[in-house]
Amino acid sequence: MESNQANPSILCSPEGSQRTLYPYVTGTSVVALKYKDGILMAADMGGSYGSTLRYKSVERMKPIGKHSLLGASGEISDFQELLKYLDELVLYDNMWDDGNSLGPKEIHNYLTRVMYNRRNKFNPLWNSLVLGGVKNGEKYLGMVSMIGVNFEDNHVATGFGNHLARPILRDEWREDLSFEEGVKLLEKCMRVLLYRDRSAVNKLQIAKITGEGITISQPYSLKTFWGFSAFQNPTAGAEGSW
Amino acid sequence: MTKQHANWSPYDNNGGSVVAIAGADYCVIAADTRMSTGYSILTRGYSKISKLADKAFMASSGFQADVKALQKHLTAKHLIYQHQHNKQMSCPAMAQLLSNTLYYKRFFPYYAFNVLGGLDTEGKGCVFTYDAVGSYERVGYSAQGSGSTLIMPFLDNQLKSPSPLLLPAVDAVTPLSEGEAIDLVKTVFASATERDIYTGDRLEIYVLNAHGTHHEYMELRKD
Repeated sequence: MESNQANPSILCSPEGSQRTLYPYVTGTSVVALKYKDGILMAADMGGSYGSTLRYKSVERMKPIGKHSLLGASGEISDFQELLKYLDELVLYDNMWDDGNSLGPKEIHNYLTRVMYNRRNKFNPLWNSLVLGGVKNGEKYLGMVSMIGVNFEDNHVATGFGNHLARPILRDEWREDLSFEEGVKLLEKCMRVLLYRDRSAVNKLQIAKITGEGITISQPYSLKTFWGFSAFQNPTAGAEGSW
Repeated sequence: MTKQHANWSPYDNNGGSVVAIAGADYCVIAADTRMSTGYSILTRGYSKISKLADKAFMASSGFQADVKALQKHLTAKHLIYQHQHNKQMSCPAMAQLLSNTLYYKRFFPYYAFNVLGGLDTEGKGCVFTYDAVGSYERVGYSAQGSGSTLIMPFLDNQLKSPSPLLLPAVDAVTPLSEGEAIDLVKTVFASATERDIYTGDRLEIYVLNAHGTHHEYMELRKD
């Protein structure tokens, strides 16, 4: 218990300390919901370097063990580092060979502790994480933030998704959503994000986790319509002096 | 080049209001279930009340991650206490433990605002109210969190607690009946929800008395 007090020296020495004070390459929103048979999650594949779209094929959803699916927004490198911790955790758990395995509840709790522990060291992992899973017929969907704030809900979304997608989800989400309806609802959310979130790109994946297993779709695009007159001629009625 | 990004902070305020009222033979502990960050709602169904012992319930607002860590710490301490003493911790003992736990992190505080409600060893209602670094006081009623500035003066007006300066000391428990206290709690939360954007969605109420613990919910405005 002696190391959890703040060390003032790390707060004011930029040289000689390696800490994330701001992110470099970031991913935008992740949206996920519970449906009849499990969890559906969607994320696009963009990796932004500030406002530059630097990477276009970043996988931001990964399976963790047999029962969990992790989606991340925020710093991509921190997410990939976190995946290394989780791979080791699942591997070591598997080596007991006792027939037990980590479920989504355990993984979510682990992520909570890692994120909160790193914020206590003033060295955060710069991510918002979404964890979904199914184990023993029980659906699980939760979120963890950069500083360790965590909760469960029937539908979650990170970043811009919390502003633009969740109001749609609150309107249209039902416990007994079918797979087709779930995908349609996620696509509706992703389309809104594509139109209004400048760092969203039209290349996304949808992941599914049920009692049967985990499947992550091949990348695909959404159909969009940019023919609205306000899009085509945005300065109509507000012309400049030259 | 000038700084473009916002500075990172290890703290957040996730909002919410908590209230506890002590009566002669009961205690009411209540909190809303909204959790927010900035102007966004994170979830509408998050419980801010934690059962620390059979007769000690803690309701907390502030920074959710710190509150979670605090609850986990106290629950672990209480488990050790049960193994060592083969009984449940009393509410006044838990109150002292909570104070010490908060003060232990005096220079990197838990950003948590708590009220602890329960029954003392005589079965009398008790409420303890705290600041983030562990100052605490036994009172007859208290409100903490984002809506406390709206709720506390209303409770003062309705409950007219005797001054703590009186000599000899006068008991601070409220004169209301259990049913009246529950209705008052429902009223103050419905009112706070009207003006405090961080309070709303649902109200969770625990009532402790000689018969045991009763748990109920009331819907609040969701806008």
